[in-house]
Amino acid sequence: MTDNLRKVVIDNVEIDVDPAFTIMQACEKMSKEIPRFCYHERLSIAGNCRMCLVEVVGGPPKPMASCALQIKDLRPGPNGEPPIIKTNSPMVKKAREGVMEFLLINHPLDCPICDQGGECDLQDQALSYGVDFSRYREPKRAALDVNLGPLVETNMTRCISCTRCVRFITEVAGVPEMGQIGRGESSEITSYLGQTLTSELQGNIIDLCPVGALTSKPYAFSARPWELIKTNTIDVMDALGSNIRVDSKGKRIMRIIPRNHDGINEEWLSDKSRFMWDGLSRQRLDKPYIRNISGRLEETTWDLAFNAISDKCLPAAKILAISGDLVSAETLYAAKKLVNSLKGRTECRIGDSYLPPRDRAAYVGTAHIGGIDVAEQIFLIGTNPRLEAPVLNARIRRAWLRGAEIKLVGEPVSLTYEYQYLGPKLKDLDKLSSNFLKANQLKNSLIILGQGALLGQDGPDILHAVKDFKEKTNSELLTLHVAASKVGAMDLNFVCDMGYHSSIKWSDVVLNLGVDDYEIPKGPFVIYQGSHGDRGAERADIILPGCAFTEESGTFVNTEGRPQMAFKACETVGDARENWAILRALSDRLNVPFSFNSFEELRTQLFHDKPQLGAMDEVPTNSWKPSEKFSKKCLEKNLNTVFKDHYLTNAIARSSVLLAELSKNNNKVNSKKGLKVT
Amino acid sequence: MLRRLDKKQPLNFKFSAKNLAWAKKQILNYPKGRKQSAVIPLLFRVQEQEGWVSKPAIEVVAKMLDMAPVRVFEVASFYFMFHLSPVGSVAHIQVCGTTPCMLRGSDGLIRQCKAKISKKPMEIAHDGKISWEEVECLGACSNAPLVQIGSDYYEDLDEESFTKIVTDLISGRKSVPGSQTKRFSSEPIENLTTLGTKAEEARNASVELFINSSIKEKGPKTKRSLVSKKDAPNA
Amino acid sequence: MLKDKDRIFSNLYGMKDRSIKGSMQRGHWDNTAKLIKQGAAWIVDEIKGSGLRGRGGAGFPTGLKWSFMPKPEAKKPSYLVVNADESEPGTCKDREILRHEPHTLIEGCLLAGFAMGAHTAYIYVRGEYVREREALQIAINEAYSKGFIGKNASKSGWDFDVFVHHGAGAYICGEETALLESLEGKKGMPRMKPPFPAMAGLYGCPTTVNNVESIAVVPTILRRGASWFSKFGRPNNFGTKLFCLSGHVNSPCVVEEEMSIPLKELIDKHGGGVRGGWKNLKAVIPGGASVPLLPANMCEDALMDFDWLKEQKSGLGTGAVIVMDGQTDVIKAIWRLSKFYKHESCGQCTPCREGTGWMMRVMERFVSGNAELEEIDSLLEVSKQIEGHTICALGDAAAWPIQGLMRHFRHEVESRIKTNKNSHLAAE
Repeated sequence: MTDNLRKVVIDNVEIDVDPAFTIMQACEKMSKEIPRFCYHERLSIAGNCRMCLVEVVGGPPKPMASCALQIKDLRPGPNGEPPIIKTNSPMVKKAREGVMEFLLINHPLDCPICDQGGECDLQDQALSYGVDFSRYREPKRAALDVNLGPLVETNMTRCISCTRCVRFITEVAGVPEMGQIGRGESSEITSYLGQTLTSELQGNIIDLCPVGALTSKPYAFSARPWELIKTNTIDVMDALGSNIRVDSKGKRIMRIIPRNHDGINEEWLSDKSRFMWDGLSRQRLDKPYIRNISGRLEETTWDLAFNAISDKCLPAAKILAISGDLVSAETLYAAKKLVNSLKGRTECRIGDSYLPPRDRAAYVGTAHIGGIDVAEQIFLIGTNPRLEAPVLNARIRRAWLRGAEIKLVGEPVSLTYEYQYLGPKLKDLDKLSSNFLKANQLKNSLIILGQGALLGQDGPDILHAVKDFKEKTNSELLTLHVAASKVGAMDLNFVCDMGYHSSIKWSDVVLNLGVDDYEIPKGPFVIYQGSHGDRGAERADIILPGCAFTEESGTFVNTEGRPQMAFKACETVGDARENWAILRALSDRLNVPFSFNSFEELRTQLFHDKPQLGAMDEVPTNSWKPSEKFSKKCLEKNLNTVFKDHYLTNAIARSSVLLAELSKNNNKVNSKKGLKVT
Repeated sequence: MLRRLDKKQPLNFKFSAKNLAWAKKQILNYPKGRKQSAVIPLLFRVQEQEGWVSKPAIEVVAKMLDMAPVRVFEVASFYFMFHLSPVGSVAHIQVCGTTPCMLRGSDGLIRQCKAKISKKPMEIAHDGKISWEEVECLGACSNAPLVQIGSDYYEDLDEESFTKIVTDLISGRKSVPGSQTKRFSSEPIENLTTLGTKAEEARNASVELFINSSIKEKGPKTKRSLVSKKDAPNA
Repeated sequence: MLKDKDRIFSNLYGMKDRSIKGSMQRGHWDNTAKLIKQGAAWIVDEIKGSGLRGRGGAGFPTGLKWSFMPKPEAKKPSYLVVNADESEPGTCKDREILRHEPHTLIEGCLLAGFAMGAHTAYIYVRGEYVREREALQIAINEAYSKGFIGKNASKSGWDFDVFVHHGAGAYICGEETALLESLEGKKGMPRMKPPFPAMAGLYGCPTTVNNVESIAVVPTILRRGASWFSKFGRPNNFGTKLFCLSGHVNSPCVVEEEMSIPLKELIDKHGGGVRGGWKNLKAVIPGGASVPLLPANMCEDALMDFDWLKEQKSGLGTGAVIVMDGQTDVIKAIWRLSKFYKHESCGQCTPCREGTGWMMRVMERFVSGNAELEEIDSLLEVSKQIEGHTICALGDAAAWPIQGLMRHFRHEVESRIKTNKNSHLAAE
């Protein structure tokens, strides 16, 4: 924004706007909606649909595309009067009607069988600018459909060539695999020779398509938008906390689409988050189970299950609660209360990644996700953001397009932008000259630290080495998590000093809250509380079926430390119960007095104890604790990334047939692809 | 009509050593980081070498220019000179059919194509040797009607002179391009109204270049045989 | 009639020595450094003073266009791009310059490039002109080996490179921003303006795109003076101009003549007259396919310049005169142009992508008469819905021939529709 605002007159109203604004933005500022198809504020301007035409008085005697023309390029009147723009003059009306007619002449009249029906820009705008008859007597054009893969259905005859999808895939997703071939009226939008798409953000082109040319394959013909119950909530498939809307019909979730949040996911969503919903209805734990004498899991009742637990949780028992990736802060809070009362321990750092308790500026970092937008230098350490947080990766790509330099230490992964590969280990940071470090002091610099870097016994040393580098380079730090519940758990100090491996050896009873990715060794009695019959449930002695994140309310803190609430979008399955309620009932059985009797009371207490968790959607500033001495040995370690198969990282994802297919396709493609490293 | 890549694709494509050297030099015509500019010249060279632009060729060019294959394919399908399927191995005859040529009889030329080559355009006839299509204005309207065959224009045609060119091609003989009347280039047919009357050069630049390239291809004897087939040029 | 000594293109037909030696004998490359030493401002002023208007069709004053170029910066080079994508149906003048007068074009590039602060020129030749491109490249090589271009070009102290680039069959690349896109290795889809090329053109750098003829006349104008050039033609329409005569004249040709020459004189003197005599004239498209045609009665007094033709709702365009005699099916002639525009639409803007095909199909039915009378007005309306609603002027160019046809030959379209109807009735 500059301070030099320019005066313009829009439909007889004078306003002051930033001269860099387009006419369309200026109109929106005064709540005048301009129809558009090709324009999208997060994509480059194409100006091809010609729907947003407005009249600029005194300019050439023809309507102008308001999406592209900037206020600064408007000429003032002969005596310096502010430029006059009309958005509803006869010229404008005629122009838009003309464009609408052209769009419709070759558009099929198949709205009744089109999934876009009811939320179609063309349908909506035809209502305002269309006429109810056609003077087009020639044959209509048809186009071949393209197989873009299991996610995006194509009906290319409906395409109006706005090129939003091509621009998204090229600019945002950064995998140029779509294009517009041919020319003129026979041009077609297609993937390269009909190849399926590989981007992990491809689902967004469904939202972007203003007509029914690109629709959701898994959602095909399953519902009309007006039948759906829409719940605004957040996603837990990665640690980004993308804002989503869950659309359900009855008990079933029909689809998931992104909601805009400028600070997090803008309006994008990764395919994993968008298409995992079939996993929510598969492999569900709908009854309590108990392991019988012959070692098999058999159905039981809540009562019997609780009995069995109270038999094991004797006063002398060493109880350990461990947290999985999809657990809300409320559940963790209740679990911690329960276990602490029984003199047990808690741990969320499952696996090997080290996170420092109580050092929030290290386990969360000091940067916002939005900090990527202003960074001139980005260091990626032990991370593959493309797989760990695809939407965040798109933001890094945008920074790169803007001119930010990207440097990577760790595994040389395939990203959607070029980066300078320094090497596999922290020592390779020494390659940066002292001149560079000096210059970098003055730059907007950001370190994105992946969980992969903190794996293993060297974790604490590596963390301090990275902290040291952060201090040396005057960078901000963003610790990139992959589990939605991790930051909340760390905020609740859901950890113990001895760490995961030792505490599990120490324990007699393990309360497993949805940990599926790590084997629990033989020995302890395991109570599994969770929603899916995955690896964790197999090892369990008792299974307590809980709600999935779409079936109960809960607070999650994202990777930048921003608390957000997820809401109940549909009923749960079978005998499953809300997770807090299970723990509440268990506390009664174990004679542990709980001071809350409802979820609201629990939440009030939680926010009272941890006010930062109650400050919804706010990212608190974390005060920096200086780095400590570390063993130089850690600098020689080759850093890894946390996971290879982006599509199969949690129990819900692993239960999804669709994601399994994507994973299979992806592995095929990746084995063919080379790496883009400079 | 949207042109699609031929269903039958070769397994691979390789520039000849000479063309590869040429392509590398061509890329240097553009500033650093602007390799993509060379995409049309490179695809053109592909077509000169292979007769058409195939999928493997698109991918080779994409790699050479650091482009996504889909961007190269977009270009290949946008520009109509690129053939996305094979054409006649000896000649692909492109008849200009736009109004200035139409006014001077291009319909007749198309009629002859249908009669002598194939009923439909882009069908390869005569043992894979000849194909034809109607193209838009070739930009030699004062010499209408005309056809383009390879790099050359055959101008001031009528059905008779055109048929001769086609039958010659079928039997493997290439006619000298340029005006097929006694015209030198684009001067008035009847009499030179400007710039004097005497031609110092033997032929116009385009014809000269055709002859030079034929000599390069087939040796000096070609010159005599080619020229002898044609009357001495104008004036 | 223009005298030979006042013709800039003295070897237009290539009959004389086309080598650099021959060109020099005819006055080209004659102490080019001296012209450069007079300074960029002098060159721009001289071209402004000559009244030269762009020869590519739009007729924008060339000197003024050059003056839009910003002062050269170290980081952003400036470019001269020569538009040799001659594709406007009826037009074949640049071809003759490329193959027969390349040296005056190359010298013009150096002078114009210097005047706008460019060290590099790209000449974008249409793909079909293979031999012409070769001829031009030979001439460029000659100029390099003589030191006329390259480092310290013509010993002027100005470094200057000329590169030949080419297209591959797309009329739209004659539109300057589409040409730049194409030169950058993309599809030739016109860009939105602003920003204009002078601010952000080739590779985002300041660029001027000029037609071949506009650049090729520059050396002679500078040598003989602005006042010499402005001796020819009416005010605001000065200079000499290449005209292309095609269609139904006895002697189709390309010829350099004075601007504002009467159309009748042009056709009679150089074109050998209309086929079947002047009385047999039906219509003339005076400036290439995209300008509306003139019926015979308007051709009588027609002057071949920008302003006169504009006043008659037509245009000088590229100076390509397409003549149609009394036997012409003028509906079919315009239909064929509609087909051309439909084929050449890049497909970017909705009105042009969808509208050009629609118009072509309606016109196709008009040719046979298989239509309703009210469709004439609806076709005109469709043409108005395209005109002025697209990024570039191809939409306009597609609309104008049809509008011209209906303005002057509506009766013919009507009677064909009626005849067709009657013949159907008779058959029943």
